Amino acid sequence: MLNNINNKIEMVKASKLAKTFYNIIAVNNVNFSVYKQECFGLLGPNGAGKTTTVRMIYCFLEPSGGELIVLGKNVLKNPREIKSCIGVCPQENNLDPDLTVWDNLRVFARYFDIGRNEARARCEELLHFVGLFNKKDSRIDELSGGMKRRLIIARSLINKPNLLIMDEPTTGLDPQGKHQVWETIMQLKGQGTTFVLTTHYMDEAAHLCDRIVIMDKGDIIMEGRPRELVENNIGSNVIEIYSSDSEIENYMKSKNLKYEKTKTHYYIYVKGGEKELTEICERFGSEICSLRMANLEDVFLKSTGRELRE
Amino acid sequence: MKRILKNISWRSLRVWQRNYDVYLATWKVNFIPPLLEPFLYLLAFGVGLGQLVNDVTYNSTQISYLKFIGPGLIAVAIMNHGFFETTYASFVRMYYQKTFDAILSTPLTIEDVVFGELLWGATKSLFAGAIMLIVMIFFNLVSFPFSLWVLPVSFIAGMTFSSMGMCFTAIVRNIEMFNFPVFLFITPMFLFSGVFFPLSTLPLWAQYVAWFLPLTFLVSAIRAIALGIFSFNILLQLLVLIFIAFICTLLCLMMMKKRLLK
Repeated sequence: MLNNINNKIEMVKASKLAKTFYNIIAVNNVNFSVYKQECFGLLGPNGAGKTTTVRMIYCFLEPSGGELIVLGKNVLKNPREIKSCIGVCPQENNLDPDLTVWDNLRVFARYFDIGRNEARARCEELLHFVGLFNKKDSRIDELSGGMKRRLIIARSLINKPNLLIMDEPTTGLDPQGKHQVWETIMQLKGQGTTFVLTTHYMDEAAHLCDRIVIMDKGDIIMEGRPRELVENNIGSNVIEIYSSDSEIENYMKSKNLKYEKTKTHYYIYVKGGEKELTEICERFGSEICSLRMANLEDVFLKSTGRELRE
Repeated sequence: MKRILKNISWRSLRVWQRNYDVYLATWKVNFIPPLLEPFLYLLAFGVGLGQLVNDVTYNSTQISYLKFIGPGLIAVAIMNHGFFETTYASFVRMYYQKTFDAILSTPLTIEDVVFGELLWGATKSLFAGAIMLIVMIFFNLVSFPFSLWVLPVSFIAGMTFSSMGMCFTAIVRNIEMFNFPVFLFITPMFLFSGVFFPLSTLPLWAQYVAWFLPLTFLVSAIRAIALGIFSFNILLQLLVLIFIAFICTLLCLMMMKKRLLK
């Protein structure tokens, strides 16, 4: 049975979900829910536990602790049933290079026990949907990166899934490829598909996700709607100063401004910012200052830190 | 053990079908070499070596050397095609092509995937055994129709050798490491399992060692069947092959699960 909370149907519910690999904690007792027809984003730096979390959702990995309910079923007890109702776009391309574009979909349909005639209709429909019908007889290595991605999306839709899991769907794509994938996702969203999406790209999360969580080192450190997270944690605007002059820091302290310091930059988080910008420009020179809108990347870097991850 | 067996289902056949589709798509490449194999062997050993070798005593009758090694070569083909399918070919699918990962996001379990691969490996053994057998029947080297029993035996022994191969696939770190089982396991079996000479010509201790090699059981069974000599030893030898297949299937299922779920 799917839980119905305030008229929102829970498609995924994780309670104290944990995963350890040989004493390394990959996911540390996290709680979250994904509701029907929303696009839920899992964000985090490398090694945050995003992929491990989605792999548990699509029953590739078994949780080491806590409870994970997907489409009303326990991942430990009914993996087959869950897997037959979800679609998965993995991080790495795992299309079958031994088969043509068409056969990739046809053979995949057979894993789901979709009958021959239905599979044929479904393959045709999906290839048209992702714009690859004229490539149906091509070999996989003849496709561009963007085409492969779109074929993987088509493949993940073969069983008309209730929940679509996308692990970094646009990593490594050129801008054209990326925007085509985004459009495909937006179209599916319009049709009422529920998504769980992981990404490194904050513009992608802001563009596609209704709700996000930011993970770091196995923990969920932030949760909310993208716009709200930016407003609550950063403000509306950011002044970037290309300088590491300590005079500037003293000035900001004296004015009680919220700021962050890196080796080469200061970032000042402000509500409006025009007044502050004029003042700083006058004192320190206008060529090193710029004002821009705050975005999710600011939240991300502020909450997970700027140092490199493995 | 119960848990492993419980996770195998008829869905394994879907993996078999996938491999069969690929096989059909490239059937010329897959079909011609195994067909040439028996001709080359028969030419080399029959016409070449056979000139130098006298008749061989088998089951207290004299038979030509070609008739003696013919069934042995069928056994070798069964071993090679099963073993190489689940080592090199399965490894490429698992490691380079990520085919297993893709299938695991569908209702199939790891056990289904691995068992499907074993069924396919055994099928390749069956094909190889069948092609060899047809050529031998054509040259009147084996008894007909009794030798048709070679076919089911090919599949059973195919399970034995493909499950053994899959055990290695579960542990090797890279594809070059398959050289170890090939040179330490497959080549000695090829040479010392009674394919090319009767085991009785070996010193006694070497004969005992030979009966630890799975291929020895297969060669012995296939030779008796192909020459139309029924004995209960055949059933005993088949039981040994089935036993090895069962143990290695369990082992490789456990080890592959560990490998793929890391």
